[in-house]
Amino acid sequence: MGLNTSDDAAVYRLNEHQALIQTVDFFTPMVDDPYLFGQIAAANALSDIYAMGGQPLLALNIVCFPDCLPIAVLEDILKGGADKVVEAGGIIAGGHTVRDDEPKYGLAVAGLAPPGGIISNATARPGDRLVLTKPLGTGIINTAIKADLLSPEAAKQAAQCMSALNKEASASMQRYNASACTDITGFGLLGHAAEMAAASQVSLEICFSAVPLLPETIEMARMGIIPGGAYDNKEYLIGKVTLDNSLRPEEQMILFDPQTSGGLLIAVPGSLADRLVAELAGQGTPSAVIGQVLPIQDKLISVI
Amino acid sequence: MNHKLVDCRGLACPHPVINTKKALEEAGVDTVTTIVDNDVARQNVVLFAKNAGYQVNEQPKEGFYHLTITRIGAQATANQTNESAAPTPAAVTPTVGPVYFITTNALGQGSPDLGQVLMKSLFTTLVAMDPPPAALLFLNTGVFLTCAGTPVQEQLEKLHTHGTAVLSCGTCLEYYGIKEKLLLGDISNMFEINNWLNKPHKAITIA
Repeated sequence: MGLNTSDDAAVYRLNEHQALIQTVDFFTPMVDDPYLFGQIAAANALSDIYAMGGQPLLALNIVCFPDCLPIAVLEDILKGGADKVVEAGGIIAGGHTVRDDEPKYGLAVAGLAPPGGIISNATARPGDRLVLTKPLGTGIINTAIKADLLSPEAAKQAAQCMSALNKEASASMQRYNASACTDITGFGLLGHAAEMAAASQVSLEICFSAVPLLPETIEMARMGIIPGGAYDNKEYLIGKVTLDNSLRPEEQMILFDPQTSGGLLIAVPGSLADRLVAELAGQGTPSAVIGQVLPIQDKLISVI
Repeated sequence: MNHKLVDCRGLACPHPVINTKKALEEAGVDTVTTIVDNDVARQNVVLFAKNAGYQVNEQPKEGFYHLTITRIGAQATANQTNESAAPTPAAVTPTVGPVYFITTNALGQGSPDLGQVLMKSLFTTLVAMDPPPAALLFLNTGVFLTCAGTPVQEQLEKLHTHGTAVLSCGTCLEYYGIKEKLLLGDISNMFEINNWLNKPHKAITIA
């Protein structure tokens, strides 16, 4: 999509009918269960293909693993990843492992899309409304799990959220003429939204009360269970974002909270947004309209 | 006055908050000084303490931050001896009212007129509650109660002023074509509504 704006994946036009999409993502564990870690890491890596409007085709494992852990742990991680790639309709065709002090796992993924079907993050238009397809809070929640403060039920919901594919959301957005799309990961909602706004040369207005949150996110944020990454994101973005005075400090930090395997942020024609949300709800993917696209203003994003 | 020092230098988040919280919950402790070595830990401990109702005094010292956290109303002078009988545990959460899940604008299954009268009566009762309801969640025909023409506008305004969250389902407002008539509170979604229903508050359904 060019080097001037940062999009979710690399796209290479193969011929009139096909464009190749490539992406890579890997990270350290955020959950204790190795199979679940494999599922989440795979869903996270596959997400960039979906964010571009493509279908995953082929994936390669990227593994770092210490000698001191039993090999059965690695087997479970790889099984989690493989099952998730199969669910996405792709195949794992191999990979590479290196010894490391701490485990890391992810995928290099190749996907395909018709060149006209690629949805970049640089084409949001004033009049579009913003749809978010997964709730926020995974950074805060994962920190709360480390602190042993989270209820088992909330941890289970967070795990389901992180391991879910953005597959249905990606397919549906194409049917609703989505203008632009990006997925929400390490820079938090505001970081990735700012990328979309800057690339599209627009401004975005986001309504905090409309943003879906994972259970117990607010409670944990109020307790100061906030990862350092959220403060890094805030420091980077603070000059580009207006935050309404009524927002409490913990509410602001939720918007900067780095997400793991988050949902898609889709800019869709204003009149179609509610129907897209309704269709996704019918498919078992709860989503919400969280804001709108405006002509470019002084700040990239204003949060009300 | 019982004062405890909690040294969190070298500890990664969330341990500074956890260790501070544990110290404040100890019997007899009413002031804690937490030492942290980074700004993230400082901000998180301050956020925790303020939201939990404590007073925080921040002091940079030799490259670290000394955060002195005192219960508001506790005697903080060094000379004061604690003569009271039983130590009180740290108050972390204040008492809160219940959450009302309101799925209709006419209370009950019988006559609609009676249903409206009963609904008005319910809201008048809610205004008198102490503590006030934590939140009112309006769905389906319930959203007519938060829009222009509602018989309970005055009661809702009072509740809103007392701090009750008023949330109206966006899908329902759109369905009935009354989104522009919303008078107060926020337009919400199923996620947020479900989050409220799953909080520790008592949840009461009005159908």
